[in-house]
This record gives sequence, C-alpha cells and structure tokens, in this order.
Amino acid sequence: MVATLTRIFGVHNLALAEDVVQDAFCRALEVWKFRGVPDNPSAWLMTAARNRALDVLRRERTARRFAPEMGRLLESEWTLTPTLEEAFGPHAIKDDQLRMMFSCCNPRLSEPAQIALVLQLLCGFSVREIAAAFLIGFAAAEKRLTRAKKVLAASERLFEIADAGDFAARLGAVQRALYLLFNEGYHGASPETAVRVELCREAIRLAALLLEQPLAATPATRALYALMCFDAARLAARVDASGDLVSLADQDRSRWDPRLIAEGRRELELAATGDELSEYHVEAAIAAVHTCAPSAGETDWRRIVALYDALLRVRPSPVVELNRAIAIAQVEGPQRGLEELRTIADPERLAAYPFYPAALGELELRCGRAATAREHFRSALALARNSSERRFLERRVAACASCGHSGAV
Amino acid sequence: MSEYLYLYRGGESGESPEWHEKQMQLWTAWMGDLGQKGHLKDPGQPLERTGKVVTGKSKTLTDGPYAEAKDLVGGYTIVEARDIQQAAELSGGCPILAVGGAVEIRPIMKM
Repeated sequence: MVATLTRIFGVHNLALAEDVVQDAFCRALEVWKFRGVPDNPSAWLMTAARNRALDVLRRERTARRFAPEMGRLLESEWTLTPTLEEAFGPHAIKDDQLRMMFSCCNPRLSEPAQIALVLQLLCGFSVREIAAAFLIGFAAAEKRLTRAKKVLAASERLFEIADAGDFAARLGAVQRALYLLFNEGYHGASPETAVRVELCREAIRLAALLLEQPLAATPATRALYALMCFDAARLAARVDASGDLVSLADQDRSRWDPRLIAEGRRELELAATGDELSEYHVEAAIAAVHTCAPSAGETDWRRIVALYDALLRVRPSPVVELNRAIAIAQVEGPQRGLEELRTIADPERLAAYPFYPAALGELELRCGRAATAREHFRSALALARNSSERRFLERRVAACASCGHSGAV
Repeated sequence: MSEYLYLYRGGESGESPEWHEKQMQLWTAWMGDLGQKGHLKDPGQPLERTGKVVTGKSKTLTDGPYAEAKDLVGGYTIVEARDIQQAAELSGGCPILAVGGAVEIRPIMKM
C-alpha cells in the first residue's frame, strides 16, 4: 500500500504515503471495533487507503507537488478518480511493489538498511518487529529506518524498471537483499520463531513477485527462488516438538515439504540457461542434492564438495569453507575434515560463529576424542545466540560425556 | 427487555497502530460478550470527530460540534437490558473506561 501511495504522491512524499496508510489502518480498526473484522480485511484496507488518498489529493493538490509522472491526471476531478482506481488495481499494485523493491535497494544504502526498508515499506513490519528480526534495540532500528527513508525520499522518483541503465546492477542488489532477508529468517539469531518464519515467507513472496516481471526473471532470480523453496521445504523439520534445532543429519525427512521441493526443482531447471553461474545456482544445487537423499548417509557428498568448491570461486567466505570441510569429512573421514577446518582462511571472521567450534567438536567426537570434543562444544555453547542454539549445544556437550563414559568402561 | 443507547464519550486515542490493534481486540471481546449474552441489539458505528451543526430558525450552518474532547461522542451502540440498572452494569466492561472515557446510557423511549 505504501508502494502504491508513494507512486501516486511521489517518492519525496514517502512520509505522507506512510501517514495515509497508518491513518487508513487506524480508522479501519476503529470501525472494526464496532462491526468486527470483515471477511477480506486487506481489500477493505485498500479501499480505505484509496479514499484517504483522494481526500489528501483534493485537499493538498495546490499546496504540494505530487508525483511528476502522474502529472495533470491528479489535477482534474475528471481524471483523479479513474487514475486512482487504476493505481489501486491488482496489476498496478504489483508494479509499484516492484518499483519500491528496486528503490529500497539503493546502492547508497547499506544492505541491512535496504532490508529494513523492504521489511517496513513492502512487508508492513513495525519498527518493533524489525528490531526483533535484527536483534537490535528499538531506537537503533528506528534510526536505521529514518536514515534510510531520508535517502529514499531524496531520490528523484521510484526506480523505473523498464528504462533504467543500471537495471542489471540494481537487480543484483535486490536479489542479494532478498537472499539476506530469507537467511535472516532461516539461520538468523532471532529468538522469536514466529518472526523468523514470517521473514522467510516474505522473502519468498517478494522473490515470486520478481519472477513475474520478465526483465527481472533472470536465471539467477530463478535459482534464488529455487534455493528458497528447497530451504523452506525443510523449515518445519529443522525444529522439533519442543522448539529445539535439529541438525540436517537427524531431521525427519518425511516432514520435508515435497511440494516446495518439486517447485524448487522446476525453477532450478528453468534457471539452467544462459552463461551466468550465480552463487544462487550453486547454493540451490547443493540444497537440491540434500533434498534428493533419503538420509544423510546416502547423500552424494562428493558432489556437494565439488559444489562447495564452485561456490568458493563465485563467493569466497569462511562459512562456505566450514561447510565444505564438513562435506569433506563425510567423504574422506573426520580427520580430513578437521585438517580442512584448520586451514580455513580468515578464521577470525568465524570467531563469534558457534558452529565453527561445534563443527570441530562434531569431528573430534567422530574421531573418538570425546574430551577434546566436549571442550569445543563448550566454547560453542558460550557463543550461542539464542535458547534453541543453546539447548542444541548443551545436548552435544552431554553426548560427549556419555561417549567418554562408555569409552572408559 | 428494554432498549438502551450507549453513547461513548471522550477517551484518549493512541498514535500507534499497535495501540489501535489492542483497543480493537478489547472492544471485539467486550462486544462479543454482549452479543453472546443476547444484549447486543445493534453494535452501532464509530463517528467522525467533526461534522456540521445546524441551528435555529435561520438554519445557521456551522462547523462543529466543538465540545471538549472529553465530552465528544465517538460512537454508539444499542443494547437490550432488563432495566437501566442492568444496562449500566453491562457497560462496566467497556474498554473506553480504561482510557479515560465514559459511557452515557440513555433509555430509548418506546410507546
């Protein structure tokens, strides 16, 4: 809704658009207090926002400068209402959401700022929810948003997908922001499980929106969407009944969503055109290998090692090296895995990452050195970022104790 | 059973959507309760804050009403109750009371 209103009012009137949406929302709640929530609240809200927009345009069209590209259409009563009807039609709404998505991913903004903007302007997240998603304070989230909105409002107009020279570069930024948004939900440290699933769902929704726009539906976008499908398919199985994390090896694979896996496969096949091999292609391919395997033991780990090698060439990172080392341990044994872990370039970038010592612990345990493993799991526990990570690592510490014990007997 | 008109007067209004959301939940719960007990005749509607007032033989039209915020009618509901005592008791659960507002209870005159 903010996207549509910003298109009508002009990006410099972003704050006005947000006010109108908030006002429409509060008025709707005022009526629902008496009449109850209607069957289709979002359609109701759209109508309320359109009517508020009409009021604002009538009242302020002489005092304010609205979107220049809407021009004279807003000035005359003859064209005002039909123009607004059209702007609030389903197609126009989608186009405006895309424009807003590209506008939010402004290179002058940091990636966290871009994602915060997307969450607020396109997903309707409150400052509180954004603060919860990023594990930052309310004031910090508010500051990040205020700054980002200033940059956005200072831009000439919303990003025009059809006639932008820097479209390809901007598309890359959009893909990256959606990737990070999804990961924030999937791997993120936020303890609020509900918020996290919501982040994944929003990332998928926006990626699907990208696919509807022919220029944006590149192979890399398809691969990104496929990756999200594969990961989302495993979302439910990653957490057990008591809310604890379950590692990939121990997940109940019958709980993986076959519909999402099939959709991921289909998209990944469609993505296999052109000559660009994006990081999303490789990551989706890795996820695809996992979803094919009936169990962790029956996974094609050789193929996974090869894919991690490819991923390191496209986007080198210590976390990718870590995952590669774990895959190598599956193929060549835990000792080889440990060697690989110790040769990770830039290990200090993993200093705060609990799964680095956890991986060391896992492999030491497999080598039969329970005491050493336990020390590693203890260091990992000290780095745990939320209660489910903490409980997971506590269980691993306990597992070492029982192994050590039986070893002694 | 007789009919009574609840007039909601005053009460502070929060700025944030969360505040309104919370209020809506409280109101829906209260209204739902009235309905379940068979007292809700017409849930009514909220009213805009401003309007026009026509006065006197000359039918003078002015903006208004400019009552004090605490006296301004913000909405209405029609309930059915045994007597005014019960109507008053039923209004005791209205969430407006918690935010500094008042419920005015007026018996609807019937022939």
